[in-house]
Amino acid sequence: MASLMSDTAAHSDALGYSFSKSIPNPTSHSSGPRQHSFYPYTDNGGSTLGITGSTFAILAGDTRSTSGYNINTRHAPKVFRIGADDPSSRIVLSVVGFAADGNALKERLDTIVKMYRYQHGKAMSVKACAQRLSTILYSKRFFPYYVHAILGGMDEDGKGALYSYDPVGSYEREQCRAAGAAASLIMPFLDNQVNYKNQHVPGSGEGHALQQRQVTDLSQDTVQGLVRDAFTSAVERHIEVGDGLQMMIITKEGVQEIFEPLKRD
Amino acid sequence: MFRNNYDNDSVTFSPQGRIFQVEYAQEAVKQGSVVVGLVSKTHAVLVALKRNAEELSSYQKKVIAIDDHLGLSLAGLASDARVLSNFMKQQSLASKMTYGRPIPVERIVGMIGDRAQTNTQQYGRRPYGVGLLVAGIDELGPHLFEFQPSGMTQEMLACAIGARSQMARTYLERHLDEFAECDRDELLKHGLRALKESLAQDKELTVDNTSVGVVGSTSTDGKKKLENFKLYDGQEIAPLLEASLETTGTTEGETAGDAMETDS
Amino acid sequence: MNHFPQAWGRPRDDIYGPYDSSHLHSSLPQSHTQSPAVTGTSVLGVKFKDGVVIAADNLASYGSLARFTDVKRLRTFAGTSVIGFGGDVSDMQYLDRLLQSLDIRENYSSHGHSLNAKNLHTYLAKIFYKRRSDFNPLWNNVLVAGLDDEGKPFLSQADLLGTTFSAPTLATGFGAHLAQPLLRRLVPHDEGSVKDVTREMAIDAVKECMKVLFYRDARSSDRYSIAVVTKEGEIEMKEDEKLEGQSWAFADMIRGYGTQVN
Repeated sequence: MASLMSDTAAHSDALGYSFSKSIPNPTSHSSGPRQHSFYPYTDNGGSTLGITGSTFAILAGDTRSTSGYNINTRHAPKVFRIGADDPSSRIVLSVVGFAADGNALKERLDTIVKMYRYQHGKAMSVKACAQRLSTILYSKRFFPYYVHAILGGMDEDGKGALYSYDPVGSYEREQCRAAGAAASLIMPFLDNQVNYKNQHVPGSGEGHALQQRQVTDLSQDTVQGLVRDAFTSAVERHIEVGDGLQMMIITKEGVQEIFEPLKRD
Repeated sequence: MFRNNYDNDSVTFSPQGRIFQVEYAQEAVKQGSVVVGLVSKTHAVLVALKRNAEELSSYQKKVIAIDDHLGLSLAGLASDARVLSNFMKQQSLASKMTYGRPIPVERIVGMIGDRAQTNTQQYGRRPYGVGLLVAGIDELGPHLFEFQPSGMTQEMLACAIGARSQMARTYLERHLDEFAECDRDELLKHGLRALKESLAQDKELTVDNTSVGVVGSTSTDGKKKLENFKLYDGQEIAPLLEASLETTGTTEGETAGDAMETDS
Repeated sequence: MNHFPQAWGRPRDDIYGPYDSSHLHSSLPQSHTQSPAVTGTSVLGVKFKDGVVIAADNLASYGSLARFTDVKRLRTFAGTSVIGFGGDVSDMQYLDRLLQSLDIRENYSSHGHSLNAKNLHTYLAKIFYKRRSDFNPLWNNVLVAGLDDEGKPFLSQADLLGTTFSAPTLATGFGAHLAQPLLRRLVPHDEGSVKDVTREMAIDAVKECMKVLFYRDARSSDRYSIAVVTKEGEIEMKEDEKLEGQSWAFADMIRGYGTQVN
């Protein structure tokens, strides 16, 4: 086609027809690249939170799903077990943000963990799973999974492990982390109550002499209480959080799932 | 060198209408150590005899778990079975992904059957040198399928393939009527006894050379609950072997009457 | 006719002007559907103790034009599930064809297996998510009604982004604002209340909501389809229902409503 057009271009006057001369189309060319009006993301609200202790990790999330000011449903869990067909699995993933991406991410990680077990004959460690989750997220660096993920489990030393991620795969092992709509409400509370930030030893002095309160190992009951308090408070101040609280408690014995009601207003 | 002129490839028929390459592949299955499979109304069981190539080597893998609801045992080229089982694992996961349901056993067996058949109809390819017994459960209940290098697949009530498998088949045929009503343990016992029939004179079933796979469902007050495919290897086998050794009369009194082992 | 055989039979420049070859090498990136064309409005669904009720009106609008007034937006699958389509009608027809071929494939070589509403919903959601990830969305918002693998009532939503969720009452589009609050009165304790909802309660609530939607949704019509999926896996589909008990008495006194034009 191209050769035909270039051949005939020179003779076009003689031939009396042409394929090469085109009439510039003012509408299609002058406007430049067209704006896409389809936006492939949405925000489904909700909040998640994870805290570890020396023998356990807790991942929690509310169960509300929203579209704008609408409540889609009051029961849409965002904390998932990974590789759950194997009873020795101790890995839990929470995702908050764009729920469709969250589900896709969960299923992809779940498949990978299942294939790992099939190919290696043993369960994947949380450390390996955490690294793998990072590469999954980064593999979509230029069309990201629009989610804040938190991965929890038991590490090789039997301690609770918690990894938090940004949407493109930066990750870090942490003591505690809140994510999602009410992250900015919950995180300062956790800083204060888990890591005792801004808590000082009474009478230890003034100014630089003031001593930080020593961080202690929290019991499972204490942490469960903190999670409950964090969410009941978030529900009061954030419209996208509420309806139900889902908690996954990971210990060496297994993974326990608890549902509790939250305010539905 | 060649047995005849018609066995150079798997796309040429002999004048008698045979495809020798496929038949040779079926010979490879007969060289493999024996595997037995059988089904009841609630369970499907696979039992396999493992060989070690030499004293110093480990025992080969004879039973492979594919998914929660599915597993297989093999006789023949283990590497071919590995390729097929990897394919099945992927298909099974894909079915769970796209439809959120475990793939029907008949469907996935059909898939490997189709794959094997193309190998018998394209120049430059060779048939799979392995026979499989696929045990699984789906909404219709437990199933056992036999797969052959020719691409043939068929559903079986009980089956044995591999070296000296005729003796095991004889046992299975003799006890066929009992299988349907068997519970999990009884079915396992039958499987192990059938396997024992095929052993060479000086051989015994041990924890080292026996592999077992079970899948099924238990129903408690009308609700069926899936029992995931469970692979027994090594020391886990010991209690199963012991139970199967209890000669004459199955342990439970209620079935002891007609389930007496007729010593062959 | 001239002496250049290449030119024979081709449009002459002196008559038709030079050939516009701009479409041959477009400088634009490939673009897909950016907005729906012919659309359907809300779909409603309610679970009750022995099944699910689902409804949608029979109108397909072209913008604000009521273009097609007899379009069935409830489609059955495998005789056991019903899908209610909102959004683009051509995409609905594409999906319907796709599901039809899936059903044939499923039933072709095996016996006894069938995809239930839950499987169907998973599959649809995967299609929506795949297409949105390709920037080529299927512009729909669908409800899937039927039974799950335990034979319990199933109702779930999926949209053009691949977002999915499930609840005892669901409504798409305008219905999410107008009907959902009314429907939720049936199930004050969500899933726990479904056992207290009878078939009649569910049908009445849905019909009432269809009426409210007709009053307030300018892209709706008074002809609608309603289907009931029961625990036995049967579908009772009515495709040409008319809204009953409308009250337009108030309109008499209001300028611009009803017969009073000015």
